[in-house]
Amino acid sequence: MFDYEILRLIWWALLGVLLVAFAITDGFDMGVAALLPAVARTDRQRRQVINTIGPVWEGNQVWFILGGGAIFAAWPALYAVSFSGFYLAMFLLLAALIIRPVAFKFRSKREEPQWRARWDAALCFSGVVPALLFGVAVGNVLLGIPFHFDATLRPFYTGSFFDLLNPFALLCGVVSLAMLVLHGATWLQIKADGEPMERARRYGMIAAIVVLVLFALGGLWLTQIDGYRIITEQDPFGPSNPLRKEVVAEAGYWLHNFNAHPWLWLVPLAGLAGAALALLGLAGGRGALSFIGSKLSVAAIIITVGAAMFPVILPSSIEPSHSLTVWDSSSSHYTLAVMLFSTALLLPIVLLYTAWVYKVLWGRVSEDDVKDDMY
Amino acid sequence: MIDATLVELSRLQFALTAMYHFLFVPLTLGLSFMIAIMESVYVMTGRTVWRDMTKFWGLLFGINFAMGVATGIVMEFQFGTNWAYYSHYVGDVFGAPLALEGLMAFFLEATLVGLFFFGWDRLSKVQHLAVTWLVALGSNLSALWILIANGWMQNPVGAVFNPDTMRMEVINFAEVIFNPVAQAKFVHTVAAGYVTGAVFVLSISAWYLLRRRHVALAKRSLTVAASFGLAAALSVVVLGDESGYALTDNQKMKLAMIEGMWHTEEAPAAFTVFGIPDRNAQETRYELRIPWVMGLIATRSLDQEVPGILELLALAELHIRDGLLAYDALQRLNENQADAEAREIFLANQHYLGYALMLKRYVEDPRDATDEQIASAMRDSLPNVFALFWSFRFMVVIGFYFILLFGAAFYMCSLRRQVPRWFLRVAVFSLPLPWIAAELGWLVAEYGRQPWVIEGVLPTFLGVSSIGLSDIIITLAGFMVLYTVLAVIEIKLMVKYIRRGPEAEAGEGGGQVLPLPDDRPASRPAALPEEAR
Repeated sequence: MFDYEILRLIWWALLGVLLVAFAITDGFDMGVAALLPAVARTDRQRRQVINTIGPVWEGNQVWFILGGGAIFAAWPALYAVSFSGFYLAMFLLLAALIIRPVAFKFRSKREEPQWRARWDAALCFSGVVPALLFGVAVGNVLLGIPFHFDATLRPFYTGSFFDLLNPFALLCGVVSLAMLVLHGATWLQIKADGEPMERARRYGMIAAIVVLVLFALGGLWLTQIDGYRIITEQDPFGPSNPLRKEVVAEAGYWLHNFNAHPWLWLVPLAGLAGAALALLGLAGGRGALSFIGSKLSVAAIIITVGAAMFPVILPSSIEPSHSLTVWDSSSSHYTLAVMLFSTALLLPIVLLYTAWVYKVLWGRVSEDDVKDDMY
Repeated sequence: MIDATLVELSRLQFALTAMYHFLFVPLTLGLSFMIAIMESVYVMTGRTVWRDMTKFWGLLFGINFAMGVATGIVMEFQFGTNWAYYSHYVGDVFGAPLALEGLMAFFLEATLVGLFFFGWDRLSKVQHLAVTWLVALGSNLSALWILIANGWMQNPVGAVFNPDTMRMEVINFAEVIFNPVAQAKFVHTVAAGYVTGAVFVLSISAWYLLRRRHVALAKRSLTVAASFGLAAALSVVVLGDESGYALTDNQKMKLAMIEGMWHTEEAPAAFTVFGIPDRNAQETRYELRIPWVMGLIATRSLDQEVPGILELLALAELHIRDGLLAYDALQRLNENQADAEAREIFLANQHYLGYALMLKRYVEDPRDATDEQIASAMRDSLPNVFALFWSFRFMVVIGFYFILLFGAAFYMCSLRRQVPRWFLRVAVFSLPLPWIAAELGWLVAEYGRQPWVIEGVLPTFLGVSSIGLSDIIITLAGFMVLYTVLAVIEIKLMVKYIRRGPEAEAGEGGGQVLPLPDDRPASRPAALPEEAR
């Protein structure tokens, strides 16, 4: 039906769609969890805030799990290199994601304030840590990861956990955290009321300013760091073997796509415009507007990274020629086709019942609703 | 060469996290269905005791479900973190069912499980019932896809090695999905999950009846558990036999080890009921054997042989030599992709490439291996026959015990006789058995697959990530601490809510509608002091 080149492009785009869907849906869950201790002071307020995401976070998190599964199925080399390379960071992330479901479920199961305070801290941890780590990971991907393959395509990673925590990556981490905190704050504008909503409004405005400033700063920084350029012709229909090309690092090359296609500048501009819109919405007390703004900002910031790097997916800093690209790290033509067919069939159904669930749960959660609910 | 300690620790971490995850999975599978049945009765009869049952067992389901979700995430990502070469080597095949599991199953159960708990006031009765059934369906579909993935590890059909990409690639998805091993595993595993759910409900209900608490709810729950459990227990044994049969085509070695059968016997082979397999002496001592039975189970015939361990090892040695031809041709192809002769040799012997890789345990280049190394490559890596032999037998004994247990329970419930107290006690003490059987079953299936991670295709030790020993030690310790803490919290919460009983969940008005009002006063005082503790 589709040729190999088109399928690889579609799956590259779908990778972006999954990341954006995850960041937009589960992103506000993480933002809310990160804001929990700051915006909700009493136990009832905490339960109110948790209840705004209580019934939906579990479904939202599946975007993350599906993202993992889709990378495994469509980009196995990316799955193998990045997950084993970011080994300890992945463990931290998994620890946060293990703690989160149980924190939601177990928090209200006992009355003791100490018990609840501990789970509140756990929830906050499970919101802050992944939000930060995702950004740090993206920052390191932009810089290039120290990995190489041997002749059997076994990946080797030569960096350490602390190498991940370099200044540029930390900046990206803070952008990511601020972006999701903003998103959580705008979610609370449409789902909560009273004091938590009001406090979230103020924190959200700070977060929006941080996103605006640091995202722009990150863009400036990007002109100084090395991008990765494929210097040999790559066959878009060729076998997925990342050892058959040459790549060089070149300062500022990540801006190449933007310069070659100036309309692409609209994407990072949308990232800034979304954050500005969210800021305006928060300042003016218009919750829905701010939520739309933060969604736009989240989506555009993620797409900016993809647009800058295309067609590179995972650059290698020590063996640039071993970098993974759209043309040499995908699954086979057949697998991509079958998976695309299944996705086209199943994803609309998923979206349909997800929309139904949100419709059933429509409306604000206030402190008075808390007593009947589970969390 | 790959660090043997790294391999052992990676395997240990995978085994621990998988077996821990598998503590929660079977209960989710079984309990979700039983809750859906209970709610169906509520919607059909309108009797609120059935709603109270749904909510009460639903609460326990929720605690268990959260743990299943939390520990399941690790499983999906651990292939990439700890088995990177495996992920590269088979991702084209193995990744697809995992992604489909997410699309078809995880979304369904995770999106709707929130409505199960939050939707009682927002949905109509029938809508809520539909949500409950869909959650049950989702958890069972999830089992289907993960077992299709796992079935492929046991019987890798529908895929070939591609020398250009140095990995396995799918050539026929239908074969992967309709893999007979996967199908047999799926039905056996979900049926085992149903048994687990049924024993859980049966034991806790029996405990209430022994203490004369929540009698109306407990009696009905006991009846549901008895009938559901009987059907499930019968299925587990019958379908387990089916997966034994499926082994004969694909995993003769696993079967031979389960039987402690060192030498091929004349057909029909005997079944060894008891014995002490000795790996060093390569014999099974103190055997107690039933003639013909093994031949019947394994081949469904009286005239086909069941091969023994030593004969299979000799065969493996031949495979290694064929595999070396494939390996050599592959190296030549890597140097010159246009080498037509090498491609031909590779295609003729590709089926045995994995056997040559087995030698990488001893030498960097398998072609340099000595005859001695070739002879010992398979033998050294066989799993412990004694452990397999006995894991299998304990699992089977527990399986047959469940048929007895549920048969008796069903008989007592359906004849509307008083269930005797001794039986209730037996039911209470049966609580841990399904978990023991499920873990033993996991051991037989996965440990029994060794030394392969993908049967005949990829040796386990080759699959690991190139990470440092300190990395794996940190995460192994981290998982152990985290999982132990969570286990303690989870069990304490379960016990607390089981002790408290359904009143807390019934909500206002729940108390008056129980058909046995005389039971209430007795139960309240009994419950209160416990809560005060």
